[in-house]
Amino acid sequence: MSTIPVPPAVKPRLVLIGNGMAGVRTVEELLKIAPDRYDITIFGAEPHPNYNRILLSPVLAGEMTVSDIILNEYDWYRQHGITLHTGKQVVKIDRVARKVVADDGSEVPYDRLLIATGSTPFMLPIPGNDLPGVIGYRDIKDTDEMIAAATQHKHAVVIGGGLLGLEAANGLKLRGMDVTVVHIGPWLLERQLDETAGRMLQQSLEAKGLKFLLQKQTEALIQGERGRVAAVRFKDGMQIPADLVVMAAGIRPNYALAEQSGIYCNRGIVVNDTMQTYDPKIYAVGECVSHRGIAYGLVAPLFEQAKVAANHLAGYGIGRYTGSVTSTKLKVTGIDLFSAGDFMGGEGTDDIVLNDPAGGVYKRLVLRQDKLVGAVLYGDTSEGPWYFQLIKDERDIHDIRDQLIFGQSLVGDAGHQGESRAASMPDEAEVCGCNGVCKGTIVKAIKEQGLFSLDEVKKHTKAASSCGSCSGLVEQILASTIGGAYTPAASDKKPICTCSEHSHQAVRAAIRERRLTTKEAVFAELGWSTANGCEKCRPAINYYLISTWPHEAKDDPQSRLINERSHANIQKDGTYSVVPRMWGGLTTPNELRAIADVAEKYQVPTVKVTGGQRIDLLGIKKEDLPGVWADLNAAGMVSGHAYGKSIRTVKTCVGAEHCRFGTQLAMDMGVKLEKMLFDMYAPHKVKLAVSGCPRNCAEAGIKDVGVIGVDSGYELYVGGNGGIKTEVAQFLCKVKSDEEVMEYAGAFLQLYREEGWYLERTCHWLERVGLDYVKGQVVDDDEKRKALHGRLLDSLKNARDPWQTSREGEAKKQFIPIAVDA
Amino acid sequence: MSHWTLICKLDDIPPLGSRIVRPEKGGDIAIFRTADDEVFALHDKCPHKGGPLSQGLVHGKRVACPLHGWNIELDSGQVVAPDVGHCERFSVKVEQGDVWLAC
Ligand code: SRM
Ligand SMILES: Cc1cc2nc3c(=O)[nH]c(=O)nc-3n(C[C@H](O)[C@H](O)[C@H](O)COP(=O)(O)OP(=O)(O)OC[C@H]3O[C@@H](n4cnc5c(N)ncnc54)[C@H](O)[C@@H]3O)c2cc1C
Ligand code: SF4
Ligand code: FES
Repeated sequence: MSTIPVPPAVKPRLVLIGNGMAGVRTVEELLKIAPDRYDITIFGAEPHPNYNRILLSPVLAGEMTVSDIILNEYDWYRQHGITLHTGKQVVKIDRVARKVVADDGSEVPYDRLLIATGSTPFMLPIPGNDLPGVIGYRDIKDTDEMIAAATQHKHAVVIGGGLLGLEAANGLKLRGMDVTVVHIGPWLLERQLDETAGRMLQQSLEAKGLKFLLQKQTEALIQGERGRVAAVRFKDGMQIPADLVVMAAGIRPNYALAEQSGIYCNRGIVVNDTMQTYDPKIYAVGECVSHRGIAYGLVAPLFEQAKVAANHLAGYGIGRYTGSVTSTKLKVTGIDLFSAGDFMGGEGTDDIVLNDPAGGVYKRLVLRQDKLVGAVLYGDTSEGPWYFQLIKDERDIHDIRDQLIFGQSLVGDAGHQGESRAASMPDEAEVCGCNGVCKGTIVKAIKEQGLFSLDEVKKHTKAASSCGSCSGLVEQILASTIGGAYTPAASDKKPICTCSEHSHQAVRAAIRERRLTTKEAVFAELGWSTANGCEKCRPAINYYLISTWPHEAKDDPQSRLINERSHANIQKDGTYSVVPRMWGGLTTPNELRAIADVAEKYQVPTVKVTGGQRIDLLGIKKEDLPGVWADLNAAGMVSGHAYGKSIRTVKTCVGAEHCRFGTQLAMDMGVKLEKMLFDMYAPHKVKLAVSGCPRNCAEAGIKDVGVIGVDSGYELYVGGNGGIKTEVAQFLCKVKSDEEVMEYAGAFLQLYREEGWYLERTCHWLERVGLDYVKGQVVDDDEKRKALHGRLLDSLKNARDPWQTSREGEAKKQFIPIAVDA
Repeated sequence: MSHWTLICKLDDIPPLGSRIVRPEKGGDIAIFRTADDEVFALHDKCPHKGGPLSQGLVHGKRVACPLHGWNIELDSGQVVAPDVGHCERFSVKVEQGDVWLAC
């Protein structure tokens, strides 16, 4: 045999230093988008696979075990072909030879290097800080040592009254030790809390048996007879017994290794917005990094960094890390403390404070101009996620400012976010009604599978994966289970789906600004990871295309979900329902006769009056749809679009036409509106109602646009919703004539059509952009309003009845099954 | 023994779309066409609650069920995680623009 040896295709080598949370997360993100790109080697100084460091606190408290908190088992590394060196510390990076050297002498060359060495606890520079029994609180080893100390010794002293120190103290107390927390500040968490709240926290912790020494400066740690630490001495001469001293006085980024190899460091490894160090072959993420002068010490921002680093390592080069707003939560069971954003405040900020010492509740909101920039909550943290979202979204809050401190439910714009009661819900409480998932299941999955995002919870538990109305609640459960490790993305940054990183906002903007008119162009321009999207992004993109370029972009039936593709509602048994339009809820004997005839001819099993003032024919076979439509069309009826993200109904009351109280011709106004909007697609369905007087028999108060006749004209209301969560419509303005109703309502809906995100009802869109913004476009600015209304009419100028157009030609094929005699 | 039956022209199925084939005996069969003109056939019945897969949305080599959105691999009939299940599949081939089904 004489074959010429072919060298195996060699992949570039990626070496990761630091088998911790940020580094391994980067590798996970990388494997997701470029699974085969690198030959990967990981060095970890700890003798463990990657674990969830933040859950060391519950481990110490005896609420979880070490095996519960492993994030990636050894098997995971094996399955992905990763060479893992645990218990080996890298001692040298040789940038010239492009290799790393570990403490056991092993050397591994790299093409790309990722440094994620985390940080180490800061040990106060005082005599005795190296005695046995003096430790930091950082890893499994420290935690084991604390647990062991608790079985043999009595007195523990924790130096530092920050979040980490309090969690350590709480755990040691639960393990049976006598614990004193020493803190240099005047009260606990003096950076987050003011004095009153700090004292409230101290009292609750004292009730759990912890002792505190405030404004004490530690001078030395005293050695006992057996060589171990035995006492702590303070500057004022006081001395207390201590068999275990835990230093929780801050952390120091681990950058010595990088610095020694000549990589530029400045209190952390300096990286740019792509997480690249000054050596272009070397990236760095996590606590060891200094990004725009900030070293983050919480998981959520590190995960954002990981995503960006992975994208650049994969060679896509999209995405920048521009910094994070963070939130934290004290993980001491029974004590609720949450802080987010810039809670310190300062020049140019205002505080709104609610202080109820007797009730054990303290809330402080920090505002800069009309935006919420920070929040501290103690005692009742249920509104934390909402405030955090407002901070991240930089939402203008001036319209809700006076009620902000009382929380989302009082503000009355809770939307579909779910009541903020996640923390107090019992484990058996059902969270996701669609898939029957209860809180306990979600919490368990979050902890055991190490989930950090809403998407991951959806994937693992199915919660929030159907109608989505519980996603707010699930996010709160995430926040209350993993604390600061959870960061909701700013709303306008959440990816549409898993096919890309791009948000609805970004896709809309790209379609408009780059004049994209086909889905293929969108996928190519924006680097979609799938060839033709999925059932989540395709319908959204199709809508964005046709609403942005109504005459240029061609509607793509295969990007529409079945109801819109077959112009009828699919039923659970695969048959369809047909709802002909009854303009303004009006009908005639002729129409009713035609409906009756159709019902008999096609043996329609159920005929029902809908909640939308019209008649539903249920249980029709797909192949009969064209026939049914033809008969209805012949009687002058058209599609009611009861299936579409489109104009549904305009409900009316009898109005001044008949009613003794009527002030305006409600039926007439309703029919005119419905005719104007015929065949209008939107981000979600759109419902209107017109009532003849404020008695409001057409229920205009819960419609996307509600019109109420008054003596002098009409009042217009917008953003109502009668569905999953009832939302009362907000007053937009008052107008005088029918023409104005059409113009204002039309402009409002066109703004929603142009700027709303797919599957966002008007109430959600309004919650996001604020009523003031909408008024600015639709009410205050005559020119803009007329232009919006004009664009609406223009995009509907070729409106045709889909029942008419889809029972001919190619479009008809979908209704005809192919018969084979086999 | 199954044998090849001529079903339709490739162009009778829209790209990223599907058609129903109704054999004399047995349930409906859904045939799918991907963006690359590959053709697949599955029993037209979702393993979840029997939804007609032919009415789903085709993407990549998958179809999303029209009823509750389960995803099913067109080439294997396997349900995509986290859901679990399997859907019967049939052999299909395309020759000179004609679609043949083994049934
Ligand atoms: C037929 C009808 C029930 C009835 O027998 O009365 C109905 C039937 C359905 N509704 Fe509805 N809704 C009907 C009036 C309503 C109303 C009342 C109204 O319009 O005044 C509401 C509350 C008002 C509102 O929308 O604000 C309503 C709120 C919903 C919601 C929740 C929407 C929300 O934003 O919270 C959904 C779910 C969705 O759209 O995502 C929904 C979804 C559905 C779907 C389409 C579910 C589906 O996707 O299969 C139902 C189709 C059933 C079928 O098999 O045909 N339906 N639905 C009503 C048709 C009215 C019409 O003539 O077009
Ligand atoms: C008890 C505790 C509770 C916490 N609670 C929270 C919380 O509630 N919320 C939150 O957001 N954050 C919390 N944190 C902080 C969070 O854990 C860290 O921000 C996060 O783990 C940092 O990730 P990293 O990858 O940068 O560092 P690490 O996770 O520390 O990983 C770095 C790894 O690199 C290894 N390493 C270092 N140098 C070398 C070398 N030369 N060679 C090989 N390996 C090396 C280290 O041994 C370590 O395993 C908590 C931390 C602790 C200790
Ligand atoms: S409320 Fe609406 S969606 Fe729910 S079962 Fe009734 S018709 Fe269906
Ligand atoms: S029947 Fe297919 S997903 Fe439920």
